Amino acid sequence: MPPMHETMILVIGLVGVLTTASLVAGILSWRAPKPLSSTLVNLTQRINAWWVMVVAITVAFFFGRTGMTILFALISFAALREFVTLTHSRRSDHWVLLGMFGIIIPFQYWLVWTAWYGLFTIFIPVYCFLLMPAITALNGDTERFLERVAAQQWAVMISVYCVSHVPALLTLNVPGFEGRNLLLIAFLIITVQGSDVLQYIFGKLFGKHLLSPSVSPSKTWEGLVGGLAASSLLGALLSFLTPFSPLQAAAVALVACLMGFLGGLVASAIKRDQGVKDWGHLIEGHGGMMDRADSLVFAAPVFFHTVRYFWSA
Amino acid sequence: MTKLHLRANTFTLLQTVTSVGLSALAWVVTGVRPIWNGSQPSERQRIYFANHASHGDFILLSACLSEKVRARTHAVAAAEYWGKSRLRRYIAEDMLSSVLIHRQWTDEAQNPISIMLSVLDQGHSLILFPEGTRNTTDQPLLPFRSGLYNLSMARPEVELIPCWIENMSRVLPKGQFLPVPLLCRVVFGPAVSIAPGEDRRAFLERARQTLLALNPRPDRDD
Repeated sequence: MPPMHETMILVIGLVGVLTTASLVAGILSWRAPKPLSSTLVNLTQRINAWWVMVVAITVAFFFGRTGMTILFALISFAALREFVTLTHSRRSDHWVLLGMFGIIIPFQYWLVWTAWYGLFTIFIPVYCFLLMPAITALNGDTERFLERVAAQQWAVMISVYCVSHVPALLTLNVPGFEGRNLLLIAFLIITVQGSDVLQYIFGKLFGKHLLSPSVSPSKTWEGLVGGLAASSLLGALLSFLTPFSPLQAAAVALVACLMGFLGGLVASAIKRDQGVKDWGHLIEGHGGMMDRADSLVFAAPVFFHTVRYFWSA
Repeated sequence: MTKLHLRANTFTLLQTVTSVGLSALAWVVTGVRPIWNGSQPSERQRIYFANHASHGDFILLSACLSEKVRARTHAVAAAEYWGKSRLRRYIAEDMLSSVLIHRQWTDEAQNPISIMLSVLDQGHSLILFPEGTRNTTDQPLLPFRSGLYNLSMARPEVELIPCWIENMSRVLPKGQFLPVPLLCRVVFGPAVSIAPGEDRRAFLERARQTLLALNPRPDRDD
């Protein structure tokens, strides 16, 4: 169980923000001409999906490490499913693909759950990355071999290894912060996901100069700078959740959100390469799990190692 | 002769449990989602015809239909395969409520068209795979066999709905029994019917092209 006081402030804050968002969207929809424009419908769907996500995370929050481990294992499952669906595979890859879902996900999250740090950090980048292509080679099908192997490894790296660093935050031992690690997860998710929204808003309001038109038509320099500044400020305001001072919290949030931005950029490049707009259709209005989690995926390992290096015993 | 286990309007308890269970499983593994692109969900009598690459195909297609429609819709399966052993026949007929037909037949009682018509005449719908077998070739869709044409000639009032099943050949390839979780969609297209004076071959090719055109990612080479 996380400490009650901070948890209550968090829950009340999130419910307040979402209620305001739902009210605004409701009033806009009520006053807008019918039938509603697709932008308004999408806005409402997105806010509703946020409600579902906040409820899911809150429930997992109260079940502590077990709840968080299970929740993020499921997120890995959904993300890996989207990744593998999108990339090229052949019939001979069947057993490797099955192993990714049936062995790698459960084992990696079991390592998180038992806090076996040594194996947690190397199981995928050493053992899986060497054994998966070995199995593919043993199968004897060399057609587009490197492409298939690369796609499988990237899929596991992004959707399992990176995502598993979120619940792994619970295994860190920060002196003076015992029993409160769940709040680190809340800090990471709120700043990084908040940064996505803030970058979007700043981009819509002030965006002029496209950052990388060949990758994403919506990302602008104004959105990036404004979003990062605002989310660093958000990080400083949330420093009461963390072992960081307000200045440190702003710096950590800045690094995490910058990584999050890069994650979104890489995810856009992959989607563009594969000729799709969304990763999937899991979340109404948002596309797939990876459309929502792409920033968290890049931010989580760097946030984890920052806290581990500078704060943990 | 193939037995027909068709109750008036409802599934047996076993069939209901099987169908709800398999639809839930299909959702967990493939997140299956119907895309209605030219037709709408309806309780009208229909023949849903689809591409066929895997045993999972009809499970995915039925998972996209409402519980009520599903209880009155039967997949057409090959008696040569599903009638081979008692267990297979039990699974196909008693659990999945499919209709078994013989691809090679001599006895008039085994005439597949009359068996399928007898199901239609009870007001039920069919799921048909007009390629006649699971497609394991590199072609996206094999030539159609003539059943679709014969059924539509005999019962022109029954709607023919093309349904493109995406990715199922990768989820559960022929010869495998454990499915890989991959996202699947089923695209339901506009109804096709035989044009006045259209001959069998022209109609079958047109129906095939209508189905092919539903593939949301035709550029994919797998």
